[in-house]
Amino acid sequence: MSRFDTSIRRRTLLKAGAALGASQVIAAPFIVTALGEEPVKIGMVNPLTGVLSALAQSEVDGAKYAEAEINKKGGILGRQVQLLVEDSANDVGTGVQKTRKLIDRDQVAVILGDVNSGIAYAMSQVTNEKKVFHIVPGGHTDPITGTNCKWNVFRVCNTTTMDASAVTPELVKKFGKKWFFITPDYAYGHSLQDAFVKALTKLGGTFDGDFLPINNTDFSATLIKAKGYKPNVLLNNMGGLTQINCMKQFTQFGMQKEMALGGALFELESVKAVSPEAQTGWWDMEWWWNQPNVPEVVKFVADYRAATKKTPSARDWFGYVSMHSVRLAADKAKSLEGPKLAKALEDMELPPDVALQPGKVRYRAGDHELMPNIFVGQAHPPKSGPDDVFTVEALVPGEEAAGSVADTGCKMEQPA
Amino acid sequence: MWQVVLFNVTNGLIIGAFYVLMALGLSLILNLSNVINFAHGNFLALGGYLAYSLTPALGYWGALLVSPLLTALLGVAVERLMIRRIYNRDPVYSLLLTFGLAFVIQDACRYIWGPNGLPMGLPDMLAQPITPTLFFITWYRVFMVTIVIVTIVGLFSFLRHTRVGLRIRAGTFDLETVATLGVNVRNLRTFNFAVGCLLAGLSGVLAAGQIGLNPNMGDDLLMPSFIAIIVGGVGSLVGTLCGGLLIGMAAALTTVFYPAASEAVIYAILMAVLLLRPRGLLGEEGMFS
Amino acid sequence: MSAFFAAARERLPKGQDLIVLVVIWMLLVSVPFWLPSLGGYTALASKVLVFGLAAMGLNILLGFTGVLSFGHAAYFGLGAYGAGLTLRYLVHSTPLAMLAGTLFGGLAGTLFGMLIVRRRGVYFAMCTIAFGQLWYYLAYSWNDFTGGFDGLRDFHREPIGFGAFTFDITNGETRFYFFLLAIFAAAVAVMGLLLRSPFGRTLVAIRENERRARFLGIPVERHVWMSFSISCFIAALAGTLYALLNNFADPLTLHYSLSGYFVVMTVTGGMRTFWGPLVGAALFVLLQDYISSMTVNWMFFIGVMFILVVLFFPRGLLGMRRRTQPAGKA
Repeated sequence: MSRFDTSIRRRTLLKAGAALGASQVIAAPFIVTALGEEPVKIGMVNPLTGVLSALAQSEVDGAKYAEAEINKKGGILGRQVQLLVEDSANDVGTGVQKTRKLIDRDQVAVILGDVNSGIAYAMSQVTNEKKVFHIVPGGHTDPITGTNCKWNVFRVCNTTTMDASAVTPELVKKFGKKWFFITPDYAYGHSLQDAFVKALTKLGGTFDGDFLPINNTDFSATLIKAKGYKPNVLLNNMGGLTQINCMKQFTQFGMQKEMALGGALFELESVKAVSPEAQTGWWDMEWWWNQPNVPEVVKFVADYRAATKKTPSARDWFGYVSMHSVRLAADKAKSLEGPKLAKALEDMELPPDVALQPGKVRYRAGDHELMPNIFVGQAHPPKSGPDDVFTVEALVPGEEAAGSVADTGCKMEQPA
Repeated sequence: MWQVVLFNVTNGLIIGAFYVLMALGLSLILNLSNVINFAHGNFLALGGYLAYSLTPALGYWGALLVSPLLTALLGVAVERLMIRRIYNRDPVYSLLLTFGLAFVIQDACRYIWGPNGLPMGLPDMLAQPITPTLFFITWYRVFMVTIVIVTIVGLFSFLRHTRVGLRIRAGTFDLETVATLGVNVRNLRTFNFAVGCLLAGLSGVLAAGQIGLNPNMGDDLLMPSFIAIIVGGVGSLVGTLCGGLLIGMAAALTTVFYPAASEAVIYAILMAVLLLRPRGLLGEEGMFS
Repeated sequence: MSAFFAAARERLPKGQDLIVLVVIWMLLVSVPFWLPSLGGYTALASKVLVFGLAAMGLNILLGFTGVLSFGHAAYFGLGAYGAGLTLRYLVHSTPLAMLAGTLFGGLAGTLFGMLIVRRRGVYFAMCTIAFGQLWYYLAYSWNDFTGGFDGLRDFHREPIGFGAFTFDITNGETRFYFFLLAIFAAAVAVMGLLLRSPFGRTLVAIRENERRARFLGIPVERHVWMSFSISCFIAALAGTLYALLNNFADPLTLHYSLSGYFVVMTVTGGMRTFWGPLVGAALFVLLQDYISSMTVNWMFFIGVMFILVVLFFPRGLLGMRRRTQPAGKA
């Protein structure tokens, strides 16, 4: 069987192979020596490709901005900081592999990540095994600081309990107690709905709802059902693009005339991705840039805009806080060892130029969850600028919205 | 109650029509050239993105017209440069090639238009429901179904009544004989591939209006298209049509009773067909064995 | 008895093949020593072994029998889930988990193979893709059991007890790497013997000319089915190892994109050679690791690589050097 093929000659192939091998060796990271000192390496693993890439990219932006800021002020423990970013590609195997790479090959002192809670959890198993300090900036699933809490893992973003409990009283007060839920059928969706139901029934509310596939694109059937139920509020618990589609179809059907729309998170990146009539509803923002009464925030936003040409979202803030938390913990512990950093960060209150909001913002010792304020308010089409799409109506302190440590189910095992 | 029933039937037709449009393009390419176009979903995304970029210049209607043609042109380029070389080889190569192509196009979309979702503007008149009681049927949905029906009718007429169409159909059965009869088979294949991409691009523009744009938008539609082809019967376009409508209706009806299972039912139908009638509903026995 | 040994000795690799064998094993055994200096890390080598094993399993079907399956990730993933579910819900035993996973994936493949064995070409491939996606869908929807979208967690490798002495593979990258290498060696030995046996030769005959094989009275469908089945078992075994490596199983191990990666590894390395898939796996894993650290647009480059391989290197790396050898030599 002869086939006419166009294979290149063996010699060319061998040359190419040699070149590839050589490039691997040459490009292997050399230790950066500045004034004879090794930098403090922090590794960040985030899904830079895939459906969560927009959110992941914002976290990276915030972290990079903080890296520059920290280095300008002298670094951590007198050494420059180097942020190494790897793409988890929204795949657990890759996320775990990159975590190992950062720890084993690049010798990072701290790991940050992942937006995808499943990957964050898998990473935490590796970091726990290797006793490396780990901060999760934006992975929301409750068990990370709940039933699966670990001594070396801290989290910046809120639990579903916090988000749900914060917005529920406002919605009940403004609109009423009869709710309809549209929730994605997976762990995060279920825990979010459970949190809402708990908060709602405490106020004497009633509800109905549907669980839909995660990638559902057509919400007509469930919206019809909702219309028939005649609730006061429709809760849109879907995430990412599915949330956007649900909003779109909701407004297309003209349902905003009959019921209010609300939910937990509707992130700035997503709000900007919808057309104006879908920029509506009552939501939580885990941090919001427009706080005219807090001078540190005004300055931060101005500087950030100048440096990155974009307005910081909650995700940018997560990345920013994570990096500064490492600095603060290291300064207090005078070391980069995992157990010492973890001990230092417990109950640590963030200074105003890192917290960037009023009130006491601290990492709770019992479950390692950060307790910021939750910004409850209303989304709307842009007013004074393209990012002015949300108006804060109430600030709910995190500790109030979160349950007690016992409620989270966290039983922290200290390092051996 | 009648609302729910009527709604779900129409919804089933709409979803089904969508799957059909995608699957037909895929089927055309598969039947004539024996190539599984893994990048079909990405051509869809590309069609949507091109429409997004063209709308400011040409308006919605202009973009609707031009974008699928541009996608088809890209298809021609791809076919000429890459796919043409591997026609007579082991099918593994065509799969790998289109698989790699899928990655390339997806990343190119992400690079050019960014990873964020983008909204696709619709003309105002299309975004309204047709009557207040039938609020769930917007003019856009009616429009989509109309376009799909027109396209399908056009495609089938083209295949039946024009010379080129006849050659494509004949080529599906026996390409060698068609070549010996003096038809330029290379151009025929290129044209066929272009038509497939045109359908994908059109689906993309229509889908964009419904679900917005993002680099991954084609992925979720690729599998149902495959299944529509297998269920309907490989080698038969009418079969693909029936297959697409069947799974669309099944998915829509399941949503009434048990929404979480609406995707599952598509796979259940697939397994049922593979177990009971492997050649598909209207497939030819011996077509691919 | 002596006849058996004579027959076995005949099957062993000789001459040039023996040299290749020795070189490859020397490289594999010494990995923890030379890989870090090249900018690699042991966990990466473990991944190469696991993916390489899966690709070599696929190669029995693809390269040696000439049948294309683009859904082998399904059996890989089922192996991973089988092992994970066993460790989590049933019993804390690594060997049992591996057995359960391998059986689960292998049997699923065997049963499915029966359904589609009469088909060939693109239709066969399409069915394998669809079947794979079915399992992917099940894995990410069945939240309570499989952990759904977030994956199966809360299990980890258990130390293996050999009576008086326990082999602890829970921690330590290097130790686990050698454990993987041992399993890999065993599986490869089995595959090698199989492919050099009359059965293996029959598969090649089917690949070269199916019609002639049929005329010779060879039950083609049965052989294709057995080849399919064996490749599924090997892929499932690799899957169990992957679950043990990560202490995690997630739906993406079932997705058709992973199937595609396996095919690419096999083709890039040389699909008609024995060691080709391992070489292809090494190249792919290293390249992906390297490129994704350099740029966010790594998908683009990987895609371009696929296209280049198909257009210009269809025989793969190891396939190059066999161009002058007679066809059919394993």
